[in-house]
Amino acid sequence: MTERTRALMQGNEAVVEGAIAAGMRFFAGYPITPSTEIAEGCALRLPQVGGKFIQMEDELASMAAVIGASAAGVKSMTATSGPGFSLKQENIGYAALAEIPCVIVDVQRAGPSTGLPTSPSQGDYMQARWGTHGDHPVIALSPSSVQEAYTETIRAFDLSEKYRMPVILLMDEIVGHMREGIELAGRGEVKPFERQTCADTAEAAKPYKMRNGELAPRMTPFGEGAFYNVTGLIHGEDGFPTNDHGIAAAQCMRLMRKIEENEAEIERYETAAMDDADVCIVTFGGTARSVQAAVETARAEGIRAGMFRPVTVWPFPEKAMRSICERVKKIVVVELNYGQMKLEVERAAAGVCEVLHIGRVDGATFTPQDILNKLREVAK
Amino acid sequence: MNGRYEMRFTGSGGQGVILCSIILAEAAFLAGKQVAQSQAYGPEARGGLCRAELVIDDRRIAYPKVTKADFLMALTQASLEKYGETAREDAWVLVDSSLDETNLGGRRVIKLPVLETAAKEVGRAMTANIVAVGAINELLEIVPDAVIEKAVRMRIPKGTEELNMKALEAGKRLGAAARER
Repeated sequence: MTERTRALMQGNEAVVEGAIAAGMRFFAGYPITPSTEIAEGCALRLPQVGGKFIQMEDELASMAAVIGASAAGVKSMTATSGPGFSLKQENIGYAALAEIPCVIVDVQRAGPSTGLPTSPSQGDYMQARWGTHGDHPVIALSPSSVQEAYTETIRAFDLSEKYRMPVILLMDEIVGHMREGIELAGRGEVKPFERQTCADTAEAAKPYKMRNGELAPRMTPFGEGAFYNVTGLIHGEDGFPTNDHGIAAAQCMRLMRKIEENEAEIERYETAAMDDADVCIVTFGGTARSVQAAVETARAEGIRAGMFRPVTVWPFPEKAMRSICERVKKIVVVELNYGQMKLEVERAAAGVCEVLHIGRVDGATFTPQDILNKLREVAK
Repeated sequence: MNGRYEMRFTGSGGQGVILCSIILAEAAFLAGKQVAQSQAYGPEARGGLCRAELVIDDRRIAYPKVTKADFLMALTQASLEKYGETAREDAWVLVDSSLDETNLGGRRVIKLPVLETAAKEVGRAMTANIVAVGAINELLEIVPDAVIEKAVRMRIPKGTEELNMKALEAGKRLGAAARER
């Protein structure tokens, strides 16, 4: 094992380093601001570690290439921003049903449509959950520092391999383009989760067969001898399509339950100054940095404010949120959109406390003063 | 330099103001400080208003952006007019000598021929950002000479070391002369 190293790095660069540490060896993408440095970094770094980088003709094709590479047994990733994230949705749904592990990075910028290309936003929060059609599970992680961009990328790969599903790294321009000092793991220090496979060819030909006590079916690389099918249609254990209602029900419910039953393990959140808080600010991603500064100043003024920051933003940490709602007087949701996570907070609060909101859709970030003003008003 | 120190670098896209902020961030980071560097720019590759920010602190930085700059650099008239009055009342403002006078109240304005030095003395207009790095580090005494030199070398293209070291030295001389004034 080599020693840890410290470096000054952009959030986007940290994603590349995290992905490589987690074992990512294939990247397909179509560059888009503010995610471009991830594609550039992969183009530089992947050949150095025996991996492959390919710039595809568009976002649809790059998502398809990622699915293909992962089915062949290689940990794969793509990166984009809102407009490209929209285009990837169809194939993200395919990966969810075909249970193909992969990581999709969305470095959010101001929308809708091509919006404000170089400005930050958190307007894809609901799209991450519901962007692709049909009932499907989603795991989405949202870092708020360059260090966390690194560690959460590693976690995104591990969760994706463990639960055999696409995982979304929901970044924003603030974190993606910010440079901070970070600590990188030494070589051999990160122990990535490796996909479960079957040595026996007959067993490998059933890539959707659940085995006792396992979280997801074992997936042997496609094209290595076992004959099976991969499809976006409802399928049986061998992957071939079926219209059987019983199989359809079992498959759809199994997909949802693999996340529902393991929420405690997938969940991650940060609380700050919450012990005696009257007001709780709920926030995520880069916006949390403005909130942290505002909470510190508010505390110095005697306002009992705290912060609750989901890192795993999907599934939303409902139980932890609910218990906070029962303790505080008011909640203020702060996010760079018109009110998206707010809906989840209101659902968790279910009327036990007041839920207020400040959003921004102008492409600017919140200053700590913006939030402090709200806290002073709420504390009156 | 103690506690939180906010720096803003402004100019036109293509002048290298972002790289200027990155090199100073790298230098402060190498010297053991906490740093947060960021930038704001439009969709164009050249031209347009460009702004980069650097926060240096001894403790962990929560808010990574500049609210009231302790230091402002302006390399174009447009950037000076837009950002001049957003700096703290007692901020240091480094202005290129080619710019027209603007009323900046009690702010400590330092006029230095950054662009001209790069073009004439160093011989390449595009080294203006490295001239600025040298001048700023000399003026504000952010890090020792060896550290700033290392930071420059880490962030410039291979093969341009000689040219950029010349620019750094020229910048240092500008900064030293201004300090004595």
